[in-house]
Amino acid sequence: MTAAVFFGCTFIAFGPAIALFLFTIAREPLRVIFLIAGAFFWLVSLLLASLVWFISVQISNKDSASQQKGLLIFGVVLSVLLQETFRFAYYKLLKKANEGLLALSQEETMPISIRQLAYVSGLGFGFMSGAFSVVNILADSVGPGTVGIHGDSQHYFLSSAFMTMAIILLHMFWGVVFFDACEKQRWWALAAVVTSHLVVSCLTFQNPEYVASLVPTYIILFLMGVWAFYTAGGSLRNLKLCLTCKDKDFLLANHRPR
Amino acid sequence: MNTSDSDEDAYNERTALVQSESPVVPSYRPDPGPGPAEESKGAGISRRSRPGVDGGESDQEVDAEEEELPLKYGAKHVIMLFIPVTLCMVVVVATIKSVSFYSEKTNQQLIYTPFTEDTQNVGRRLLNSVLNTIIMISVIVVMTILLVVLYKYRCYRFIHGWLILSSLMLLFWFSFMYLGEVFKTYNVAVDYPTVAMIIWNFGAVGMICIHWKGPLQLQQAYLILISALMALVFIKYLPEWSAWVILGAISIYDLVAVLSPKGPLRMLVETAQERNEPIFPALIYSSAMMWTVGMASSTDAQRSETDEEAEQNDRRAEPRSQQPRAVSEDELEEERGVKLGLGDFIFYSVLVGKAAATGGDWNTTIACFVAILIGLCLTLLLLAIFKKALPALPISITFGLIFYFSTDFLVQPFMDNLANHQFYI
Repeated sequence: MTAAVFFGCTFIAFGPAIALFLFTIAREPLRVIFLIAGAFFWLVSLLLASLVWFISVQISNKDSASQQKGLLIFGVVLSVLLQETFRFAYYKLLKKANEGLLALSQEETMPISIRQLAYVSGLGFGFMSGAFSVVNILADSVGPGTVGIHGDSQHYFLSSAFMTMAIILLHMFWGVVFFDACEKQRWWALAAVVTSHLVVSCLTFQNPEYVASLVPTYIILFLMGVWAFYTAGGSLRNLKLCLTCKDKDFLLANHRPR
Repeated sequence: MNTSDSDEDAYNERTALVQSESPVVPSYRPDPGPGPAEESKGAGISRRSRPGVDGGESDQEVDAEEEELPLKYGAKHVIMLFIPVTLCMVVVVATIKSVSFYSEKTNQQLIYTPFTEDTQNVGRRLLNSVLNTIIMISVIVVMTILLVVLYKYRCYRFIHGWLILSSLMLLFWFSFMYLGEVFKTYNVAVDYPTVAMIIWNFGAVGMICIHWKGPLQLQQAYLILISALMALVFIKYLPEWSAWVILGAISIYDLVAVLSPKGPLRMLVETAQERNEPIFPALIYSSAMMWTVGMASSTDAQRSETDEEAEQNDRRAEPRSQQPRAVSEDELEEERGVKLGLGDFIFYSVLVGKAAATGGDWNTTIACFVAILIGLCLTLLLLAIFKKALPALPISITFGLIFYFSTDFLVQPFMDNLANHQFYI
């Protein structure tokens, strides 16, 4: 039970993200650096949110359970807003850094495009968010025993893993859409990203009713995925060419016969 | 990255934003000396070398045009240091989490930290840890100055003997202890002759690789392993609060020793530069070929560079394999890469290992890990801009300490509460 649950949940939660990392990011040093910097920004946002929550808990009534729950909900909402704020701050920093790098390197073109940066930073946020949400749970799942003896849900580990996978992929999609919205000054798209993040977090307040929280989350994941795909320049035609191995540009780049 | 037409073979020079020249002198710090005999657990030697990340000066081969490039290192060099630092931390964290020996509290302490932390009184404990730190730092300062004096007066044999003795101790004695503890943890019964053969082979090959010649990757692996072993010894034998105060104090010392004009490490760097000699290989991790004999590593590097060029010029369909290969061999001789001292590895791993050892929480460990990597990235950025030997400890350790304490006290309760209710942010 224990090792199987551990490996299963780890691969469910991190499988897609690690695959994305290995196939698209690991070979490019610049992308790896920006991924880790994105993770760092997420961490700082979490730190600030925890600080505010901690102070509010200290000055509140610690015995009242409902008040504590209310403060926790406040903490979640604040954390989401801070994460998006830091995403915006990272965008601003990347724009400045890109200009600086371009000036310093005397190249004609930027070493990394803003779309790649959007993808990489979104994935960085996702990795860190996923890691902080689920690593402790995974570490506990290795040990003997299981969940649910006192009436709690038995599907705790599994649902955590699925939720984490959704959150990591969502962060990536949010990153792509967010940066594109900032580039083209489409503030409604920005608001939509923030709103969907809030909706996903608030859906988890219904846990342990996993159907009510996981199903809408996956619907939102799918919709955001489609939106991000179109934002990044994809289309049905591209998709068809890619899947039937007829995309000439891609083949040329990889030295394969047409 | 698109390169200009004439430069597709010169990946290093143009596409890496900047050229990679040979780092002539990395700054470093020596160990405080061979372990004293009184120390029953033999943890006296600290292989704390160099707290300096250094780039190098230009060789004669570099022409004037390349010197105008304002940044010295590219992203590739950052990754070449991320990987070994990550590996060292992974080894330390994996050991701490599985072998309980290194996180057990023991009454034995290093001779350098004589004051105990067993008291109930908070003030007294703080005072003891500060005193421990002062003693430890003074030992390090004295040993550094001794090493600089020896180097200045060209007592190379003494220094070599000292280094050989300390690496002997690490490679044989500490790894024997480590192996013993791993066997105890997994309840594996191994006979002495087998262990003797394993340790003999491990140690002998290590001595040859580190002090003489060997394949670059094997040398790098051994340096990572001995840094991890040293970090584990520190994690075990330094008392709790003393460890944190020592980490803070040593980054301040690093800053002073490398940057101030009369700092011992700066004098060491300058002396080595004047004499145009590299610093001893046993104390520095080098990320590119320097002392290798065979061309095995260079052909691998060639192949990877050819792949990178192929990716970048995606419009060109003609075969690119022949053209870069002839030229990059020469460039590889020039490409030295970045150097990082072993002391940096050790103290980064001590910080992350201590975060892993205290409390069963993984969030703190991950936070410290990311903080240290970002600090290293910033340090390398500064190195690329300023082009002289820089201390690698201050920024990373500062970030690491800030994130350790804040994650432990602030983020941890928040995430625990969220996990209890299964709320997701």
